[in-house]
Amino acid sequence: MRVVVASGKGGTGKTTLATALAQVAAETQAVRVLDCDVEAPNAALFLHPQWSSGAEVTRPVPRVDAERCTACGRCAEVCQFNALAVVAGAVLVFDELCHGCGRCTWICPEQAIHEEPLTVGQIEAGRTLEGIDLAQGLLRIGQPMGLPVLRALKHWPPTTASASVSASPLPWIEIRDAPPGASCPVVETLRGADAVVLVTEPTAFGLHDLRQVVGIVQELGLPAWVVINRDGIGEAPIDAYCAEQGLPIALRLPLERRLAEALARGQSLPEAAPEYRPAIRHLLERLRYEVGGS
Amino acid sequence: MKLALSMAGDTLDAAFDARFGRAPFFVLVDSESGEWTRLPNPALEADGGAGVRAAQFLAAQGAEVVVSGAYGPKAWTTLHAAGLRALLAPEGQNALIGRQLLDQFRAGTLREAEAASHDGHHGG
Repeated sequence: MRVVVASGKGGTGKTTLATALAQVAAETQAVRVLDCDVEAPNAALFLHPQWSSGAEVTRPVPRVDAERCTACGRCAEVCQFNALAVVAGAVLVFDELCHGCGRCTWICPEQAIHEEPLTVGQIEAGRTLEGIDLAQGLLRIGQPMGLPVLRALKHWPPTTASASVSASPLPWIEIRDAPPGASCPVVETLRGADAVVLVTEPTAFGLHDLRQVVGIVQELGLPAWVVINRDGIGEAPIDAYCAEQGLPIALRLPLERRLAEALARGQSLPEAAPEYRPAIRHLLERLRYEVGGS
Repeated sequence: MKLALSMAGDTLDAAFDARFGRAPFFVLVDSESGEWTRLPNPALEADGGAGVRAAQFLAAQGAEVVVSGAYGPKAWTTLHAAGLRALLAPEGQNALIGRQLLDQFRAGTLREAEAASHDGHHGG
Protein backbone atom coordinates (compact mmCIF):
# COMPACT_ATOMS: atom_id res chain seq x y z
CA MET A 1 0.00 0.00 0.00
CA ARG A 2 1.29 3.45 -0.97
CA VAL A 3 0.25 6.32 1.28
CA VAL A 4 0.97 10.01 0.64
CA VAL A 5 1.10 12.52 3.48
CA ALA A 6 0.28 15.96 2.02
CA SER A 7 -1.00 19.29 3.31
CA GLY A 8 -0.73 22.21 0.93
CA LYS A 9 0.44 24.66 3.57
CA GLY A 10 4.01 24.17 4.73
CA GLY A 11 4.75 23.59 8.40
CA THR A 12 1.51 21.82 9.24
CA GLY A 13 3.20 18.59 10.32
CA LYS A 14 3.57 16.41 7.21
CA THR A 15 6.95 15.07 8.19
CA THR A 16 5.94 14.69 11.83
CA LEU A 17 3.04 12.52 10.78
CA ALA A 18 4.80 10.65 7.96
CA THR A 19 7.66 9.60 10.25
CA ALA A 20 5.20 8.71 13.02
CA LEU A 21 3.25 6.47 10.64
CA ALA A 22 6.52 4.89 9.50
CA GLN A 23 7.79 4.12 13.01
CA VAL A 24 4.52 2.68 14.22
CA ALA A 25 4.03 0.67 11.01
CA ALA A 26 7.57 -0.72 11.34
CA GLU A 27 6.49 -2.65 14.45
CA THR A 28 4.56 -5.08 12.23
CA GLN A 29 5.28 -4.22 8.60
CA ALA A 30 8.08 -3.71 6.11
CA VAL A 31 8.22 0.06 5.64
CA ARG A 32 9.78 2.33 3.12
CA VAL A 33 9.65 6.10 3.32
CA LEU A 34 10.18 8.36 0.30
CA ASP A 35 10.96 11.94 1.23
CA CYS A 36 9.48 13.65 -1.83
CA ASP A 37 10.26 17.21 -0.73
CA VAL A 38 13.33 17.37 -2.97
CA GLU A 39 13.90 21.06 -2.27
CA ALA A 40 14.24 20.51 1.48
CA PRO A 41 14.06 16.85 2.55
CA ASN A 42 13.90 16.53 6.32
CA ALA A 43 12.41 13.15 7.25
CA ALA A 44 15.95 11.95 7.95
CA LEU A 45 16.12 14.42 10.86
CA PHE A 46 13.56 12.26 12.67
CA LEU A 47 14.38 8.80 11.31
CA HIS A 48 18.20 8.97 11.63
CA PRO A 49 19.07 6.46 8.88
CA GLN A 50 22.46 5.03 8.08
CA TRP A 51 22.95 6.22 4.49
CA SER A 52 24.26 3.37 2.36
CA SER A 53 23.54 4.02 -1.31
CA GLY A 54 22.60 6.69 -3.78
CA ALA A 55 22.68 7.82 -7.36
CA GLU A 56 22.94 10.98 -9.40
CA VAL A 57 19.83 12.15 -11.22
CA THR A 58 20.24 13.64 -14.66
CA ARG A 59 18.00 15.05 -17.32
CA PRO A 60 18.80 15.35 -21.02
CA VAL A 61 19.65 18.76 -22.47
CA PRO A 62 20.32 19.59 -26.15
CA ARG A 63 23.76 20.37 -27.51
CA VAL A 64 24.17 21.82 -31.00
CA ASP A 65 26.91 20.94 -33.46
CA ALA A 66 27.76 24.37 -34.89
CA GLU A 67 29.37 22.79 -37.97
CA ARG A 68 26.16 21.10 -39.05
CA CYS A 69 23.67 23.73 -37.86
CA THR A 70 22.23 25.97 -40.59
CA ALA A 71 20.37 28.19 -38.09
CA CYS A 72 17.07 27.29 -39.74
CA GLY A 73 15.27 27.94 -36.45
CA ARG A 74 13.08 24.81 -36.37
CA CYS A 75 14.40 23.79 -32.93
CA ALA A 76 13.42 27.13 -31.36
CA GLU A 77 10.03 27.04 -33.09
CA VAL A 78 9.05 23.67 -31.65
CA CYS A 79 10.36 24.30 -28.13
CA GLN A 80 7.37 24.80 -25.81
CA PHE A 81 9.59 26.25 -23.10
CA ASN A 82 11.64 28.79 -25.07
CA ALA A 83 14.81 26.97 -24.07
CA LEU A 84 16.37 27.62 -27.47
CA ALA A 85 16.77 30.83 -29.42
CA VAL A 86 18.21 31.16 -32.89
CA VAL A 87 19.70 34.60 -33.41
CA ALA A 88 22.51 35.93 -35.61
CA GLY A 89 23.06 32.54 -37.22
CA ALA A 90 23.61 30.59 -34.02
CA VAL A 91 21.56 28.61 -31.49
CA LEU A 92 21.48 29.65 -27.83
CA VAL A 93 20.49 26.91 -25.37
CA PHE A 94 19.14 27.75 -21.91
CA ASP A 95 19.47 24.56 -19.86
CA GLU A 96 17.40 25.90 -16.97
CA LEU A 97 14.36 26.30 -19.22
CA CYS A 98 14.70 22.88 -20.91
CA HIS A 99 12.29 20.14 -19.86
CA GLY A 100 14.20 17.45 -21.77
CA CYS A 101 11.31 16.57 -24.08
CA GLY A 102 13.60 15.89 -27.06
CA ARG A 103 11.53 17.73 -29.68
CA CYS A 104 14.42 19.89 -30.88
CA THR A 105 16.69 16.88 -31.30
CA TRP A 106 14.00 15.03 -33.19
CA ILE A 107 12.96 17.88 -35.51
CA CYS A 108 16.43 19.11 -36.52
CA PRO A 109 16.67 18.53 -40.31
CA GLU A 110 20.47 18.52 -40.17
CA GLN A 111 20.64 16.14 -37.19
CA ALA A 112 22.88 18.73 -35.61
CA ILE A 113 21.45 18.28 -32.10
CA HIS A 114 22.26 15.55 -29.62
CA GLU A 115 21.39 15.23 -25.95
CA GLU A 116 23.73 15.18 -23.02
CA PRO A 117 22.90 14.34 -19.40
CA LEU A 118 22.86 17.28 -16.99
CA THR A 119 23.09 16.42 -13.30
CA VAL A 120 20.16 18.01 -11.48
CA GLY A 121 20.18 16.23 -8.16
CA GLN A 122 20.72 13.00 -6.32
CA ILE A 123 19.02 10.17 -4.48
CA GLU A 124 20.28 9.08 -1.08
CA ALA A 125 19.06 5.90 0.55
CA GLY A 126 19.61 4.06 3.77
CA ARG A 127 18.03 2.16 6.62
CA THR A 128 17.10 3.06 10.17
CA LEU A 129 17.78 1.00 13.29
CA GLU A 130 14.17 -0.20 13.36
CA GLY A 131 14.51 -1.39 9.74
CA ILE A 132 12.76 1.42 7.87
CA ASP A 133 14.10 1.95 4.35
CA LEU A 134 14.37 5.68 3.70
CA ALA A 135 15.16 7.33 0.38
CA GLN A 136 15.28 11.05 -0.24
CA GLY A 137 15.67 13.16 -3.33
CA LEU A 138 17.87 16.23 -3.20
CA LEU A 139 17.61 18.86 -5.91
CA ARG A 140 20.92 20.50 -6.78
CA ILE A 141 21.10 24.13 -5.69
CA GLY A 142 20.30 26.44 -8.58
CA GLN A 143 18.25 23.87 -10.47
CA PRO A 144 14.70 25.14 -10.96
CA MET A 145 12.84 21.87 -11.59
CA GLY A 146 12.43 19.11 -9.03
CA LEU A 147 10.29 16.72 -11.06
CA PRO A 148 13.12 14.65 -12.61
CA VAL A 149 14.52 14.02 -9.12
CA LEU A 150 11.08 13.16 -7.78
CA ARG A 151 10.42 10.69 -10.61
CA ALA A 152 13.76 8.98 -10.05
CA LEU A 153 12.98 8.76 -6.33
CA LYS A 154 9.65 7.04 -6.99
CA HIS A 155 11.50 4.42 -9.03
CA TRP A 156 14.13 3.84 -6.34
CA PRO A 157 15.78 1.35 -6.08
CA PRO A 158 16.62 1.11 -9.78
CA THR A 159 16.67 -2.69 -9.84
CA THR A 160 14.13 -5.02 -8.29
CA ALA A 161 16.92 -7.40 -7.32
CA SER A 162 18.03 -5.20 -4.42
CA ALA A 163 16.49 -5.47 -1.01
CA SER A 164 13.26 -3.59 -1.60
CA VAL A 165 10.39 -3.76 0.84
CA SER A 166 8.11 -5.28 -1.76
CA ALA A 167 10.30 -8.41 -1.63
CA SER A 168 9.72 -8.75 2.13
CA PRO A 169 7.52 -11.56 3.44
CA LEU A 170 5.83 -9.00 5.75
CA PRO A 171 2.97 -6.83 4.51
CA TRP A 172 4.57 -3.65 3.20
CA ILE A 173 3.72 0.02 3.20
CA GLU A 174 5.30 2.90 1.31
CA ILE A 175 4.91 6.31 2.91
CA ARG A 176 5.58 9.36 0.74
CA ASP A 177 6.23 12.61 2.54
CA ALA A 178 4.92 15.18 0.02
CA PRO A 179 6.39 18.61 -0.64
CA PRO A 180 4.34 21.62 0.45
CA GLY A 181 2.17 23.44 -2.06
CA ALA A 182 -0.41 22.27 -4.55
CA SER A 183 1.46 22.22 -7.85
CA CYS A 184 3.25 19.72 -10.10
CA PRO A 185 5.54 18.12 -7.47
CA VAL A 186 2.54 17.38 -5.24
CA VAL A 187 0.59 15.91 -8.17
CA GLU A 188 3.59 13.74 -9.09
CA THR A 189 3.91 12.57 -5.47
CA LEU A 190 0.22 11.59 -5.45
CA ARG A 191 0.34 9.79 -8.78
CA GLY A 192 0.32 6.03 -8.27
CA ALA A 193 -0.64 6.24 -4.59
CA ASP A 194 -3.44 4.22 -2.97
CA ALA A 195 -4.44 6.57 -0.16
CA VAL A 196 -3.78 10.09 1.09
CA VAL A 197 -3.46 11.48 4.59
CA LEU A 198 -4.03 15.24 4.61
CA VAL A 199 -2.46 17.08 7.50
CA THR A 200 -3.94 20.47 8.25
CA GLU A 201 -4.26 23.02 11.02
CA PRO A 202 -7.35 24.99 11.99
CA THR A 203 -6.14 28.31 10.59
CA ALA A 204 -7.32 30.25 7.55
CA PHE A 205 -4.13 29.27 5.69
CA GLY A 206 -4.48 25.64 6.70
CA LEU A 207 -8.05 25.45 5.43
CA HIS A 208 -7.32 27.37 2.23
CA ASP A 209 -4.49 25.05 1.25
CA LEU A 210 -6.40 21.96 2.37
CA ARG A 211 -9.11 22.88 -0.14
CA GLN A 212 -6.52 23.13 -2.91
CA VAL A 213 -5.00 19.73 -2.20
CA VAL A 214 -8.44 18.12 -1.77
CA GLY A 215 -9.23 19.40 -5.28
CA ILE A 216 -6.21 17.51 -6.66
CA VAL A 217 -6.93 14.38 -4.63
CA GLN A 218 -10.53 14.30 -5.86
CA GLU A 219 -9.40 14.81 -9.45
CA LEU A 220 -7.10 11.81 -9.06
CA GLY A 221 -9.88 9.80 -7.40
CA LEU A 222 -7.87 8.90 -4.30
CA PRO A 223 -9.39 8.09 -0.90
CA ALA A 224 -8.28 10.58 1.75
CA TRP A 225 -8.27 11.02 5.53
CA VAL A 226 -7.67 14.24 7.43
CA VAL A 227 -5.42 14.76 10.44
CA ILE A 228 -5.86 18.03 12.32
CA ASN A 229 -2.60 19.12 13.87
CA ARG A 230 -2.37 21.84 16.52
CA ASP A 231 -6.04 21.26 17.11
CA GLY A 232 -7.56 24.21 18.95
CA ILE A 233 -5.18 26.96 17.79
CA GLY A 234 -7.60 28.65 15.41
CA GLU A 235 -11.20 29.13 14.44
CA ALA A 236 -11.11 27.90 10.85
CA PRO A 237 -14.08 25.58 10.25
CA ILE A 238 -12.10 22.46 9.25
CA ASP A 239 -14.73 20.13 10.72
CA ALA A 240 -17.54 21.70 8.73
CA TYR A 241 -15.50 21.62 5.53
CA CYS A 242 -14.57 17.95 6.01
CA ALA A 243 -18.20 17.03 6.72
CA GLU A 244 -19.30 18.85 3.57
CA GLN A 245 -16.67 17.02 1.48
CA GLY A 246 -17.26 13.65 3.12
CA LEU A 247 -13.68 13.55 4.40
CA PRO A 248 -13.20 11.53 7.59
CA ILE A 249 -11.15 13.19 10.33
CA ALA A 250 -8.90 10.39 11.48
CA LEU A 251 -6.78 12.02 14.17
CA ARG A 252 -6.48 15.24 16.16
CA LEU A 253 -3.21 16.33 17.70
CA PRO A 254 -3.42 19.28 20.09
CA LEU A 255 -0.66 21.88 20.30
CA GLU A 256 1.60 20.94 23.19
CA ARG A 257 4.77 22.72 24.15
CA ARG A 258 6.53 19.49 25.20
CA LEU A 259 5.91 18.03 21.69
CA ALA A 260 7.24 21.13 19.96
CA GLU A 261 10.36 20.97 22.13
CA ALA A 262 10.90 17.26 21.48
CA LEU A 263 10.46 17.66 17.70
CA ALA A 264 12.91 20.56 17.72
CA ARG A 265 15.43 18.20 19.33
CA GLY A 266 14.96 15.66 16.50
CA GLN A 267 12.71 13.28 18.38
CA SER A 268 9.82 11.76 16.47
CA LEU A 269 6.21 12.01 17.62
CA PRO A 270 5.95 8.36 18.83
CA GLU A 271 9.22 8.73 20.72
CA ALA A 272 8.19 11.98 22.37
CA ALA A 273 4.58 10.98 23.03
CA PRO A 274 4.14 7.19 23.14
CA GLU A 275 0.51 7.71 24.18
CA TYR A 276 -0.27 8.60 20.56
CA ARG A 277 0.94 5.22 19.28
CA PRO A 278 -2.46 3.49 19.58
CA ALA A 279 -4.21 6.29 17.67
CA ILE A 280 -1.55 6.22 14.93
CA ARG A 281 -1.82 2.43 14.73
CA HIS A 282 -5.57 2.77 14.48
CA LEU A 283 -5.16 5.16 11.53
CA LEU A 284 -2.82 2.70 9.78
CA GLU A 285 -5.29 -0.13 10.32
CA ARG A 286 -8.11 1.98 8.99
CA LEU A 287 -6.12 2.75 5.84
CA ARG A 288 -5.30 -0.89 5.35
CA TYR A 289 -8.83 -2.04 6.03
CA GLU A 290 -10.52 0.52 3.81
CA VAL A 291 -8.01 0.67 0.94
CA GLY A 292 -6.98 -2.95 1.00
CA GLY A 293 -3.85 -4.17 -0.70
CA SER A 294 -1.08 -6.01 1.04
CA MET B 1 17.30 53.01 -36.48
CA LYS B 2 14.50 50.60 -35.78
CA LEU B 3 13.45 50.95 -32.19
CA ALA B 4 11.25 48.44 -30.29
CA LEU B 5 9.41 49.84 -27.25
CA SER B 6 7.73 47.54 -24.69
CA MET B 7 4.21 48.88 -24.36
CA ALA B 8 0.98 48.44 -22.42
CA GLY B 9 -1.05 49.54 -25.46
CA ASP B 10 -0.67 49.18 -29.20
CA THR B 11 0.03 52.73 -30.41
CA LEU B 12 2.99 55.07 -30.07
CA ASP B 13 0.85 57.29 -27.80
CA ALA B 14 -0.09 54.42 -25.48
CA ALA B 15 1.49 53.83 -22.08
CA PHE B 16 4.93 52.30 -21.80
CA ASP B 17 5.24 48.91 -19.98
CA ALA B 18 8.44 48.45 -18.00
CA ARG B 19 8.33 44.65 -18.32
CA PHE B 20 10.20 43.28 -21.30
CA GLY B 21 9.05 39.66 -21.77
CA ARG B 22 5.52 40.23 -20.46
CA ALA B 23 4.60 43.54 -22.10
CA PRO B 24 1.37 43.04 -24.08
CA PHE B 25 2.73 44.88 -27.14
CA PHE B 26 5.83 46.17 -28.80
CA VAL B 27 5.74 49.25 -30.97
CA LEU B 28 8.41 49.14 -33.66
CA VAL B 29 9.28 52.68 -34.68
CA ASP B 30 11.68 54.14 -37.21
CA SER B 31 13.62 56.78 -35.27
CA GLU B 32 14.22 58.94 -38.36
CA SER B 33 10.80 58.95 -40.02
CA GLY B 34 8.69 58.33 -36.90
CA GLU B 35 6.71 55.64 -38.74
CA TRP B 36 5.60 52.83 -36.47
CA THR B 37 3.88 49.45 -36.45
CA ARG B 38 2.26 47.50 -33.64
CA LEU B 39 3.47 44.02 -32.72
CA PRO B 40 1.52 41.88 -30.23
CA ASN B 41 4.05 40.17 -27.95
CA PRO B 42 4.05 36.44 -28.83
CA ALA B 43 5.69 35.65 -25.46
CA LEU B 44 2.85 37.11 -23.38
CA GLU B 45 1.35 33.72 -22.49
CA ALA B 46 4.61 31.75 -22.42
CA ASP B 47 4.98 29.31 -19.51
CA GLY B 48 8.58 30.35 -19.16
CA GLY B 49 11.36 31.92 -21.17
CA ALA B 50 9.19 34.89 -22.15
CA GLY B 51 12.23 37.15 -22.38
CA VAL B 52 14.05 34.70 -24.68
CA ARG B 53 11.06 34.45 -26.96
CA ALA B 54 10.43 38.19 -27.08
CA ALA B 55 14.09 38.94 -27.80
CA GLN B 56 14.21 36.40 -30.61
CA PHE B 57 10.97 37.77 -32.03
CA LEU B 58 12.21 41.37 -32.06
CA ALA B 59 15.48 40.32 -33.73
CA ALA B 60 13.47 38.56 -36.44
CA GLN B 61 11.33 41.72 -36.89
CA GLY B 62 14.44 43.70 -37.68
CA ALA B 63 14.63 45.73 -34.47
CA GLU B 64 18.07 47.19 -33.78
CA VAL B 65 17.43 48.79 -30.41
CA VAL B 66 15.06 47.81 -27.58
CA VAL B 67 13.73 50.16 -24.90
CA SER B 68 12.23 48.57 -21.78
CA GLY B 69 12.32 48.92 -18.02
CA ALA B 70 14.35 45.84 -17.08
CA TYR B 71 15.99 42.80 -18.65
CA GLY B 72 16.38 39.34 -17.15
CA PRO B 73 19.60 37.39 -17.68
CA LYS B 74 18.30 35.17 -20.48
CA ALA B 75 16.57 38.03 -22.30
CA TRP B 76 19.71 40.13 -22.07
CA THR B 77 21.91 37.27 -23.32
CA THR B 78 19.61 36.68 -26.29
CA LEU B 79 19.45 40.37 -27.21
CA HIS B 80 23.21 40.67 -26.87
CA ALA B 81 23.83 37.57 -29.04
CA ALA B 82 21.44 38.94 -31.64
CA GLY B 83 23.37 42.22 -31.73
CA LEU B 84 20.52 44.36 -30.40
CA ARG B 85 21.16 47.27 -28.08
CA ALA B 86 19.15 47.12 -24.83
CA LEU B 87 18.24 50.55 -23.46
CA LEU B 88 16.55 51.37 -20.15
CA ALA B 89 13.69 53.79 -19.77
CA PRO B 90 14.26 56.25 -16.92
CA GLU B 91 13.04 54.96 -13.57
CA GLY B 92 10.52 56.67 -11.37
CA GLN B 93 8.69 58.42 -14.18
CA ASN B 94 5.16 57.18 -14.13
CA ALA B 95 2.82 57.25 -17.08
CA LEU B 96 5.49 57.52 -19.77
CA ILE B 97 4.09 57.14 -23.25
CA GLY B 98 5.88 55.66 -26.26
CA ARG B 99 6.36 59.00 -28.02
CA GLN B 100 8.25 60.43 -25.03
CA LEU B 101 10.66 57.50 -25.13
CA LEU B 102 11.20 58.05 -28.84
CA ASP B 103 12.03 61.70 -28.08
CA GLN B 104 14.43 60.66 -25.32
CA PHE B 105 16.11 58.21 -27.67
CA ARG B 106 16.52 60.92 -30.29
CA ALA B 107 17.96 63.21 -27.63
CA GLY B 108 20.41 60.45 -26.64
CA THR B 109 19.42 60.40 -22.98
CA LEU B 110 18.46 56.73 -22.62
CA ARG B 111 20.91 54.64 -20.63
CA GLU B 112 22.36 51.37 -21.99
CA ALA B 113 21.68 48.15 -19.99
CA GLU B 114 25.23 46.81 -19.53
CA ALA B 115 23.98 43.52 -18.04
CA ALA B 116 20.81 41.88 -16.84
CA SER B 117 18.79 44.15 -14.54
CA HIS B 118 17.54 41.35 -12.29
CA ASP B 119 17.93 37.63 -11.59
CA GLY B 120 14.99 36.59 -13.71
CA HIS B 121 11.60 35.18 -12.95
CA HIS B 122 10.72 31.56 -12.61
CA GLY B 123 7.90 30.07 -14.66
CA GLY B 124 4.69 31.90 -15.40
